[in-house]
Amino acid sequence: MPQSFTLIDDGRADEVQATIADGRVLLSDEVVRTTLGWELKPEGLCRGDVCVPVRNRGALAQDAGLDLEELARVLDRPLAIDVGERAAALAEPALDRSAALHSLLAPDFSLPDLEGRMHTLSEHRGKKVLLIAYASW
Amino acid sequence: MALDRCADDPRPFIEGAKATHPSLIDTEHRLAELYHVTNVPTMIWIDERGRICRPHDSQFGTDTFSEFHHKHSEPYLEMLRAWVRRGEGALDDDESRRLQPPVTEESQLARAERALAWHLHGRGATEAAARHFARAGELAPRDWTIRRGSMPIQGENPFGPGFFELAGEGAPEYALEGITPTRDAETDATS
Repeated sequence: MPQSFTLIDDGRADEVQATIADGRVLLSDEVVRTTLGWELKPEGLCRGDVCVPVRNRGALAQDAGLDLEELARVLDRPLAIDVGERAAALAEPALDRSAALHSLLAPDFSLPDLEGRMHTLSEHRGKKVLLIAYASW
Repeated sequence: MALDRCADDPRPFIEGAKATHPSLIDTEHRLAELYHVTNVPTMIWIDERGRICRPHDSQFGTDTFSEFHHKHSEPYLEMLRAWVRRGEGALDDDESRRLQPPVTEESQLARAERALAWHLHGRGATEAAARHFARAGELAPRDWTIRRGSMPIQGENPFGPGFFELAGEGAPEYALEGITPTRDAETDATS
């Protein structure tokens, strides 16, 4: 019986339906496609033109859906999971983040100000920008 | 960009400074994730073409905490003015790459654990959140956005004994050196 599960990816939390069995979290093909953008095809896990080979298809594709931990492993995505709390978070693969930073192209982002108004880094293209990460702590 | 729990944490600083530049709130640590920031304050220069030309400087805009970190703001502010006015001080690409702190499997898993912990905290699952904050800290012991940043979330004084314990383990890769507890800070922490 599918139940509500929180999947956090790219700074966004999605409420999805998941089947939890024997401590494993299984997501339907539909959930994986709509929230993560990947689809299991004969040639592997695919998103757009990119397909990642799946060596152990049996471990990934269960009767009730795709095993989340196996999915993260195949996609090389770090995964933090709390089955009891029915929540998990994915991070970017280290190699991808490293390559992005080594390109020296400043990653774009949008964040709110005190009034909740969103600001986007790329709106400042053409000017020098000083980014300051600070905190009250 | 304030890596804080909510807008009210940095509000006094932002309103006090009457800043004309955007002052943004980053509760999800997007900046930490995207730029692999592991401590505050961190300064990053981005040129007109949108390229990072001086990554990850641990510098300060004021001398408020100079006695802790032994850094003074004026030389950096002078360097910043020279860059803004005359384009001086930008690093070449190889140097900028060399100064990026390394991203590892562990540091990325730590970010996932931190994101999960923050979400669980938000829904009131405090004990589960504490487990995942702790796991994140074990995976990235030198990441103060995780270890020190999670202190106020968990009701711990970020200027208290826990911080000095953390500082005693050594500073983040690119950041503060030579932090030692002062009598005032220890008194504050126990009061």
